[in-house]
Amino acid sequence: MNFLPPGKYFADGNFALTEGAIHAGCRFFAGYPITPSSEVLERMSIRLPEIGGHFIEMEDEIASMAAILGASNGGSKSMTATSGPGFSLMQENIGLGVITETPTVVLDEMRGGPSTGIPTRVGQGDVMQTRWGSHGDLAPITYAPNSVQESFDLEIEAFNAAETYRQPVIVASDQVVGHLTEILEVKNMEDYHIVQRETRKTRNGNEGVYDYSRDFTPMFAAGTGFRGNVDSLTHDERGYPSNESSVEKEMLEHLLNKVRKNEDKIVKYEEFLVEDSKLVVVAYGITSRSVKRAVKEARKEGLKVGMFRPITLWPFPEKRIRQLAEQSKEFIVPEINYGQYSHSVREYSQTETKEMHFPPGAVPDYRVILKEIERCLK
Amino acid sequence: MTEVEYHPKHELIREERFPHVWCPGCGLGIELQCYLNALEKSGIPQNNHVLVSGIGCTARIPGYANLDTYHTTHGRGLPFATGMKIANPDLKVTVISGDGDLFNIGGNHFIHAARRNMDLLVICSNNFNYGMTGGQHGSTTPLTSKSASTPYGNIEPTFNLPYIASALGASYVARWTVMHPRQLTKSIRTAMDVKGFAFIEVLSPCPPNFGKFNGFKDGFEEMEFYRKSSVVQNDAKLEDISIDPFHGKDIVLGDFVNRKRASYITLEHELIDRIRGGGQ
Amino acid sequence: MIKEPKISENQREIWREPVNFGRFAVPKGEIHIFPERCKECNYCTNYCPNQVLERSPEVNVYGYHPVRVREDKKDSCVACGMCQSICPDFAIFVKEVKIQ
Repeated sequence: MNFLPPGKYFADGNFALTEGAIHAGCRFFAGYPITPSSEVLERMSIRLPEIGGHFIEMEDEIASMAAILGASNGGSKSMTATSGPGFSLMQENIGLGVITETPTVVLDEMRGGPSTGIPTRVGQGDVMQTRWGSHGDLAPITYAPNSVQESFDLEIEAFNAAETYRQPVIVASDQVVGHLTEILEVKNMEDYHIVQRETRKTRNGNEGVYDYSRDFTPMFAAGTGFRGNVDSLTHDERGYPSNESSVEKEMLEHLLNKVRKNEDKIVKYEEFLVEDSKLVVVAYGITSRSVKRAVKEARKEGLKVGMFRPITLWPFPEKRIRQLAEQSKEFIVPEINYGQYSHSVREYSQTETKEMHFPPGAVPDYRVILKEIERCLK
Repeated sequence: MTEVEYHPKHELIREERFPHVWCPGCGLGIELQCYLNALEKSGIPQNNHVLVSGIGCTARIPGYANLDTYHTTHGRGLPFATGMKIANPDLKVTVISGDGDLFNIGGNHFIHAARRNMDLLVICSNNFNYGMTGGQHGSTTPLTSKSASTPYGNIEPTFNLPYIASALGASYVARWTVMHPRQLTKSIRTAMDVKGFAFIEVLSPCPPNFGKFNGFKDGFEEMEFYRKSSVVQNDAKLEDISIDPFHGKDIVLGDFVNRKRASYITLEHELIDRIRGGGQ
Repeated sequence: MIKEPKISENQREIWREPVNFGRFAVPKGEIHIFPERCKECNYCTNYCPNQVLERSPEVNVYGYHPVRVREDKKDSCVACGMCQSICPDFAIFVKEVKIQ
């Protein structure tokens, strides 16, 4: 079996994430077992050799991250899967992926933290780590699925974004979405838009490894005769290291702008009954499913409340949040952590934003959120 | 006699980047030249050669070779190269990095790459200290020798690198110094044909750091020290060849191990063929 | 600096010469130097078996005294290639000159 045939499946999130990646063209997986994402690694070990891809279980997450970057530079679409502790170990090489403009996908299934925390149960404490985890300035792209269907679809989208913007893209799922079993509908292969990688093979004269005057330059794959230098040091367009602040400025602005200028194309969100709402609940991942129920219940009581669900956590859906801030006087941000995304919502909306803290280990109870909505609107 | 001409390695180096970053008397340039000499003789097309490194002085070598070169993060050259080699087995991937990079911060990756018998050539430049950060001691600093962070003398025993590599099952293990450029070139050339994990330790002087701290006036004195205290012994018992030159012990050099052992890429391809029903 | 013991002239005389010695010519080399790359490590000057090289009193742009060929040893290079293979800076290379 090459690709999951079209049809309906009763499957869990980790299955969907794996098959989505294979649909997207992932042919290399390196990983290290960690609850709750181990099923992705296990399924990849079955599936990739079947389709002529490569699977390797590395010695740790640092090695896994390095290996997928190496594989990507070797010409393969690649990915890894991990959870909080492993994601922390990967941060340095995520930065390597950013500075060398290497496309790859990192799946982080959030669990309870800090440290080992509650390995087998849900958390949403890595949200800011997906934004600021690696040192230096970066413009990350992070997707947060809230269902099995979305796990499949967003995995494909993450691969497309990685190839387009040439940087590691993070899929921040969580333990519940990963282990949730529900309907997954897979379409025909030709109904999916898959970005194929373009590579440069030969070098014309003084052509650089990078071109900072353009947002997108195709990468070169090792062994094709391009003879380029790929460097973790700040480098100029030729790929050569430099100590100059002016080169850092040129490189860094290129790295940030290729994402920032295209935020409108990347940003995705879901809205639920926000048209006339006086209060907007911002929620992502599994929390959004509790929020949706709470909003429905509140609407039955006649309360004008809606839900805004960022599908891309980063780039932050700034424009839309600002618009919503004009019509509603308040935001509520329930999260399975002690206030992370709420800071960004407050910062970008410049509006009263109420944090709702839920300890890792359980999905938020909709009744608690409902009570909070009632308190705000009554 | 000094008319401007191209260096014989013109095609293999990025000449516009010279002079390079290394200090006077540093052996890394010699190491690069030996690698390029071996590359020329290998018969493997230049385009198929890839150089990968971690961080450090040695890790700057790839930047001067006119190949597809990758300068990655500290200690992570090996896993990066592992991913690249698996993704494209046609490549001849060489990891060239320092002792600190490969054995201190990247020690775990070395253990596992050698255990897997991953098809990589690893050239480890050993200068007995962390050169780029100013000469602090590491796991290869000889006993009682001084460094920026062992001002009273080093009390930690050292790694015996060929012994480690051999014990882990590497297909090829050798040790040379940059004072032995011809033997080193031959060794690298042999290792390029080896299937599986090939490991070459290269002792290299670090005049402004290790040399300065241990009473060597300049690079030449350190080179002479290597020349005088090294003996070639290909059949040496590897457990006895740890480096302890300040207590009268010879530095043993040679091509120690060259054995046939199934490599990772061979086994992986067999597995894929088996699963896909006989090699499609 | 550590000095190698020198072979005495007396020792040279008692060496036996092969009968076909006259049929072989000593190779001759031409040394090429990139003075701007030289970092004055002195490896070539010390390891040249015929002491053909020396440090120049001039300085290059980086402040080093680059290596040069000794005036009195212009024809002494035997193209052994030691200087080239021991030079860490790719600053010197030797071309063998065809002897007519």
